[in-house]
Amino acid sequence: MMMRALLACVAVGIFAPMIGTFLVQKRLSLVGDGVGHVAFAGIGAGLLTGIWPVWTALAFAVVGAVGVELLRAKKKASGDLALALFFYTGIALGAVFASRINGGKIDFESTKYLFGDPYAVGWGGVLAVLALGVIITAGILGLRKVLFAIVTDEDWARVSGLPVGPTNLVLAAVTAGVVVAGMRVVGILLIAALMVLPVASAQLIARSFRGTLWTAVAIGAVAAATGLGAGRAFRVSPGGAIVLVAAVVFAVVAVAKRTAPRSLAGGQ
Amino acid sequence: MGIIPIPTVEPRPQPQGGPLLEAVHVGFGYNRTPVIEDVSLTVNPGEFVALVGPNGSGKSTLLKVLLGVFAPQAGSVRLFGRSPEDFQERWRLGYVPQRPTLASEVPATVEEIVAAGRLKQRGWWRPSSPADREAVRHALESVGLAEMAGRPINELSGGQQQRAFIARAFASEPSLLVLDEPVAGVDGESQHRFRDSLVHLIHEHGSGVLLVSHELSAVAKDLDRVVVLKGKVLFDGPPDELAATGVSLGIHREDLPLWLEGLR
Repeated sequence: MMMRALLACVAVGIFAPMIGTFLVQKRLSLVGDGVGHVAFAGIGAGLLTGIWPVWTALAFAVVGAVGVELLRAKKKASGDLALALFFYTGIALGAVFASRINGGKIDFESTKYLFGDPYAVGWGGVLAVLALGVIITAGILGLRKVLFAIVTDEDWARVSGLPVGPTNLVLAAVTAGVVVAGMRVVGILLIAALMVLPVASAQLIARSFRGTLWTAVAIGAVAAATGLGAGRAFRVSPGGAIVLVAAVVFAVVAVAKRTAPRSLAGGQ
Repeated sequence: MGIIPIPTVEPRPQPQGGPLLEAVHVGFGYNRTPVIEDVSLTVNPGEFVALVGPNGSGKSTLLKVLLGVFAPQAGSVRLFGRSPEDFQERWRLGYVPQRPTLASEVPATVEEIVAAGRLKQRGWWRPSSPADREAVRHALESVGLAEMAGRPINELSGGQQQRAFIARAFASEPSLLVLDEPVAGVDGESQHRFRDSLVHLIHEHGSGVLLVSHELSAVAKDLDRVVVLKGKVLFDGPPDELAATGVSLGIHREDLPLWLEGLR
């Protein structure tokens, strides 16, 4: 059971910061959170209809992430306003769906997805997380150069003839995949933190985009393993412990960088 | 200052094929308010053209129409002889945006930025080849940033950063380079480097350059034509002819911007 949970947590600790590096550079640090709220509507819909909630959450999350991207790209709404529209509609729909099955009160089953539980994930679930992780990693590694060009300078990329629209849609769909894959492990409310916090630490240490990506992945994996162990030792929620470890790493790196900027920066 | 009649310019000999960029009677506006009207403009291979105009004269809008971001509402635009939406060989067009939207959050090295300039040419899904790396190195050298290739771009000065974005455009060895106000607030050394690298591109590769800028003093002697825009084209001709009307591009740096303000 511990092995299963460890595998699932480390996998999420690796692929969440991987996509997060591109989202942070695109100034969409909170998109994972917004997509998570839409995924919650999917959980409610799944419970209501009797379909496995992971499928319905994935469907809702993909639609939500692509919707946010389309609103943003067409400049119909700013990035954060587009997020807010989906964010609140999603959580409200989730509340309505999840209470409909339980006589007006939020169904307890749905709350499991809010904070996750790596120990509750069976081998099938772990394999699904690992498979999704391999697909996400391969996709990001294949697209990383064009993704980098687009997230750093979208206007230039468009004029230069790079496939800006399709790549942004792929990034949105993969973000939805990461949220849903991480949802059962660390929870809808915390998965977005694993996309952003390791990147926040890594960009203080690394001196290149490539370096930031791999440092964030390393921090994410270590935080996931350490957090899982700490959660077990102190009998607290593993998801919460993992994110707190990532937050502590950031605090330590930020303070260390402030007091010894040269040594951390590695000179030239 | 009155409106200057457009002098009839003799058609220049065109070294290879037709013009790189051609706008014919182009009009564009937002919400039915016209911003540019009846604008005609060409850039030929080997030609160095400056586009100037007061703030709000429609320079940015014209540039967006020329680059195919907006479709013209009147007239037509040709890039390399084709309409912008049919123009596939985008790497032949180098573009240096006005203020690159670089998030300072995530570090990226100068080399990573410049290498992005090769993506379209080789196919973004392919790994980089030795030829790509050589082109990136050459582009960095031509703007004098070879020593700083591994430095995070946000540690560089404004002028150095701008040169990195010029190198990104150079990396695809463009036949036409379009620069949107690239030297605003850039130090003298960077301006000289900037001038040298543009002249190098024009002379060595026969490329055409369209430079949108108010600061023309560094390149005044190298320009083939100056186009003055204020909704319409007020002047299109060699700098000497503009100078004959009392407007100086080089000697007194303030002359051009002041004169442009007077056009309002």
